[in-house]
Amino acid sequence: MSEANLLLRVEDLRLYFRTRRGIVQAVDGVNLKLPSNEAMVILGESGCGKTSLSRAILRLLPNNVATYTGKIYLNGHNTMELNDESYRRQIRWFEMSMVPQAAMNALNPVMKVGDQVAEPLLVHKRVEKAEALEQAAWMFEQVGVPIDFLNRYAFELSGGMRQRVALAMALITLPSLVFLDEPTSALDVLTQANIFNVLKDIKRELAVSFILITHDIATSSELADTVAVMYAGEIVEVSDARHFFTEPLHPYSRLLMDSVPRLKVEQEPTFITGQPPSLISPPSGCRFAPRCPSAMQRCSDAPPTFQKDGRQVRCWLYA
Amino acid sequence: MSSVISTQSQGTPQRVPQSATGSTVGPEQPSPKTLLSVEDLHVWFELKRFGFLHAGYVQAVDGVNFDLSEGGAIGIVGESGCGKTTLMKTILGLYEPIRGKVVFRGRDLSALTARDMQAYRGEVGYVQQDPYGALPPFMRVEQILVEPMLVTGIKDREEHKQRIRDVLTEVKMTPIDDFLTKFPHMLSGGQQQRIVIARAMILNPRLIVADEPVSMLDASVRVEILRLLEKLQESHNLAVIYITHDLSTVRYFSDEIYVMYAGKLVERAEVNALLRNPMHPYTQALLEATPDPDYRNALTYKDLPPGEPPSLVNPPQACRFHPRCPHKIDGLCDVQLPPDFVPEPGHHAACWLYR
Repeated sequence: MSEANLLLRVEDLRLYFRTRRGIVQAVDGVNLKLPSNEAMVILGESGCGKTSLSRAILRLLPNNVATYTGKIYLNGHNTMELNDESYRRQIRWFEMSMVPQAAMNALNPVMKVGDQVAEPLLVHKRVEKAEALEQAAWMFEQVGVPIDFLNRYAFELSGGMRQRVALAMALITLPSLVFLDEPTSALDVLTQANIFNVLKDIKRELAVSFILITHDIATSSELADTVAVMYAGEIVEVSDARHFFTEPLHPYSRLLMDSVPRLKVEQEPTFITGQPPSLISPPSGCRFAPRCPSAMQRCSDAPPTFQKDGRQVRCWLYA
Repeated sequence: MSSVISTQSQGTPQRVPQSATGSTVGPEQPSPKTLLSVEDLHVWFELKRFGFLHAGYVQAVDGVNFDLSEGGAIGIVGESGCGKTTLMKTILGLYEPIRGKVVFRGRDLSALTARDMQAYRGEVGYVQQDPYGALPPFMRVEQILVEPMLVTGIKDREEHKQRIRDVLTEVKMTPIDDFLTKFPHMLSGGQQQRIVIARAMILNPRLIVADEPVSMLDASVRVEILRLLEKLQESHNLAVIYITHDLSTVRYFSDEIYVMYAGKLVERAEVNALLRNPMHPYTQALLEATPDPDYRNALTYKDLPPGEPPSLVNPPQACRFHPRCPHKIDGLCDVQLPPDFVPEPGHHAACWLYR
């Protein structure tokens, strides 16, 4: 991974929220690197901060932010230095866009889906309406939606088609990075597999990078080039897909992998006992230690990130 | 398990004789009694235009047959809109079939009086898909669990306490006193689902109907909840109908899998037989589409049938899968409804490929 073709580099990103019960440390010192035209999966259970991480990178923040620090380099430029207005004009939807969770249910019910897909072009790129619609038609073709659906409303479309429309909307401005937040969790297996076929196509044809946020390990393997595992606001492992899916390093990743019911292999799944810690006062030391089968004395100190065969893991086992 | 299914069409008689596959019920019960049978069930919903003009039917469940023995576990697999939820709600007595019947312990549901229906609901527990949506947010755990007992006329306070204790111990919500006064939002997703299961179990039902009980939960908790259901099934000799779209979880749970497509059962077999050798092209597609975690998935495309499940208002003639089927036989699949074929003992497939 040479530094030259790095699309995104995140350094020590922190996003804390103020709540009545205290400060929630949703994203706590995250470092990531993503080369262009690659797909990274951020795996984690609900409440681990994976959605907050994507929103922190895209600067889509609620109004109870307590801390928002770190560096986000996009094509070598630190986007954290931009003010909100220039960020909106230069980055969001130009360089990075997002398919939020349950996007297919968030389409405007009184707007034709074609107009809706064309809208980012009108708003962000100030393109003429006719041209924008032409682009939208082309994008519909890319994501596998029949072109005559341009004039339909969201309620006339099936779930899979609506999800494709949401995807088309994120892609219409040809950004270099698209965040997908649980893109298929509400869809049926066949539709899910179809959407992943489309995503693979788009990654190849349009040279887009993806950050896929999910808790579903099995489907995440459909797109992943690299996998980052998140636990309690921290990234605990970053591995290339090949090694991750055959032999995860961090004890949490291993347990997570063992909890997946397999269809084609005989293997009894297990579950992880206990619950993730509260992000208001996470345990000092390794945050997974209370649930970890290989916990040892040393785990009361927070482990640094260790390098092992080009993979990164935050666990004392690899010291 | 002794159960018989066939996807029945008008005109072609094809109730398949039960093959000698043997029973999978434990040794204490040499001849398992039939608990529930669903006979030629048709549940259609009338569509109306302007509120009174007849405009056709949604044929949500169209000719479904099966028997479920005491203590047996079946998984019904299908995509959204295939009629699996309608089938379940009809079994729960929430919908009236337009033809066919649901028979529970020898009694036809449609013939039950209101009082008997209430007793029936005590015998059938329902585990919902979304635990948070299924639990009233303004009630504490204790109230939630007392409610079913009050409704069915169990008034003794001591018995309430005893039953709540027993059931919470069983779903492993211990120490019990920590949870009794909590509201649903104070519990994690897994704990909420345990409460839903506890509520379904509190009247000591004979049958549990679980509609996607783990699809909303995190991966690490799913297996725990499935194990819990499995344990309850064994210790109470409960029959369980597990409804899901996810083939990979059903395998750890049920004895038999029924695959449903567009209102009809298209394949039925013992779990491992179905996974090893799926016969119906639709089942094959489902298996192809369900990934195991493997990095090679990202390198290949999946070979999937085109299109989407049909509308149930105007489903395709004959075999409902034929417009999408890669093995379609012209002049047969689009003309005549396939009966239930039994290519190997205990393995039924409603597909002309096995004629």
